[in-house]
Amino acid sequence: MRHLLDTESLSRDHAIAILDTAQEMSAVGEREVKKLPALRGRTVVNLFFEDSTRTRISFEAAAKRLSADVINFSAKGSSVSKGESLKDTAQTLEAMSADAVVIRHWASGAPARLANSGWIDAAVINAGDGTHAHPTQALLDAFTMRAHWAGLAGTPSVGGDLAGMRVIIAGDVLHSRVARSNVWLLRTLGARVTLVAPPTLLPVGVEHWPCEVSYDLDAALEKGVDAVMMLRVQAERMNASFFPSTREYARRWGFDDARLARLDALALKDTIVMHPGPMNRGLEISSAAADSPRSTVLDQVRNGVSVRMAALYLLLSGDLKSTPAPAPSAALPLVKDLP
Amino acid sequence: MTRTSAPSGDRTSGAAAPSPSRMVLSAADIDRALTRIAYEILEANKGSENLLLLGIPRRGFPLAQRLAAKLAATDPSIDPAAITGQLDVTMFRDDLAHQPTRAPQRTELPASGIDGKVVVLVDDVLYSGRTIRAALDALVDLGRPQAVRLAVLVDRGHRELPIRADHVGKNLPTSSAEKVRVRLAEIDGPGTVDEVVIEAGA
Repeated sequence: MRHLLDTESLSRDHAIAILDTAQEMSAVGEREVKKLPALRGRTVVNLFFEDSTRTRISFEAAAKRLSADVINFSAKGSSVSKGESLKDTAQTLEAMSADAVVIRHWASGAPARLANSGWIDAAVINAGDGTHAHPTQALLDAFTMRAHWAGLAGTPSVGGDLAGMRVIIAGDVLHSRVARSNVWLLRTLGARVTLVAPPTLLPVGVEHWPCEVSYDLDAALEKGVDAVMMLRVQAERMNASFFPSTREYARRWGFDDARLARLDALALKDTIVMHPGPMNRGLEISSAAADSPRSTVLDQVRNGVSVRMAALYLLLSGDLKSTPAPAPSAALPLVKDLP
Repeated sequence: MTRTSAPSGDRTSGAAAPSPSRMVLSAADIDRALTRIAYEILEANKGSENLLLLGIPRRGFPLAQRLAAKLAATDPSIDPAAITGQLDVTMFRDDLAHQPTRAPQRTELPASGIDGKVVVLVDDVLYSGRTIRAALDALVDLGRPQAVRLAVLVDRGHRELPIRADHVGKNLPTSSAEKVRVRLAEIDGPGTVDEVVIEAGA
């Protein structure tokens, strides 16, 4: 694993290695000194061409907890507004010897271009590109689900997967990189995913994705579900009419108070309600649902730091850059034999 | 990385055919060494007060548990679970950038914390001393112990740092080309016979 660009190419072993590492990282937040020296002297650049609150702060916190130096860059107020190209911006960063570049870009594929074009030598982490992928969000969602799933089964979450878990991802699938990354990762981890959206908000070719598709949220809930993930209606990307009115959307595809009560009526007492944030309260999720004990919205934010620490650690430590990745656990028994 | 080189049957001959490995500590030897170390720890600490045993993953942790059980056998006031912990040092190693990525292990401290305690670090093999240096750094981030001591099952020499063990199961002169393997039932699977073997380097 040299870069983290999407979840489609992430193997099950790598995904579980990231989640297990994140599990150990999560303990750091509860210690007296909330810092590890693992990435001391490394430089992580946060390259954000698109607005973001939690992802950028989360990456910054993660890098700082690992003792890396962080340089924040946002397109607003930089030379990008003077017309500088991605290549020139990236090579400027390279000249400042960045070891990792965390990039969010409005264009799908920008991180892959950065990683594969040979412009820069640093590890590239995709922090969301256009409507393509948002791998760390999917990993933190999977981490949150795994903690819940293992808690229900009474097993330790380390080493576990999501086998048999029923997940509904509902809302604006068309514009959602979170949904795309989650579908692939959750499939890899053994969960059964159902996408629920109005037909206008489903992308072309969705029938080839490894998931089921439904237009009816109530019917999907009836079938039983262990986690419901609501997606944000991305008004900023909507330059056409995708649904008649916000009220109709909220009534048919929003997770409102009635559907929250419906979960109790269906005896789904352990079902969690997730949202990647930022939430449009009253549109895709009601306030009662967002603030209910079922909601894992804040857990997701908390887990985001751990998962991003794990990704940065696994990409930046070790000599994976030159050799094909060995299974991380396989290296452990050798501790005593190292020179 | 295979550790299947130990032939079954008579291992004391030391010259078994497939791989030249030599057993230096048998299960009974390990048990006796741990018993002696347990008494030494109590003696050095003048009792069991404020003692904390922190094992370094992976094989240091079961050794710490065994030591705690032995301490409890001599002093019934000790609750072995309450004085045993696990201290992961992966993130504090000085060779992170030069070795394949290691997955961090769990750090678990007893509820009492380590402030003001006498912490005994427990590991299986003491070699370069770099693991212990990392452990000392890791401890600093967790609190301020009153004292830190080191107990190891095997000291094989070749120190690269000014570190020494307070309690040693066995001093084992080795060449740096050789490998010292410690097998413990808790880590290597049930049915494994506890032993320490020296394997000739490849």
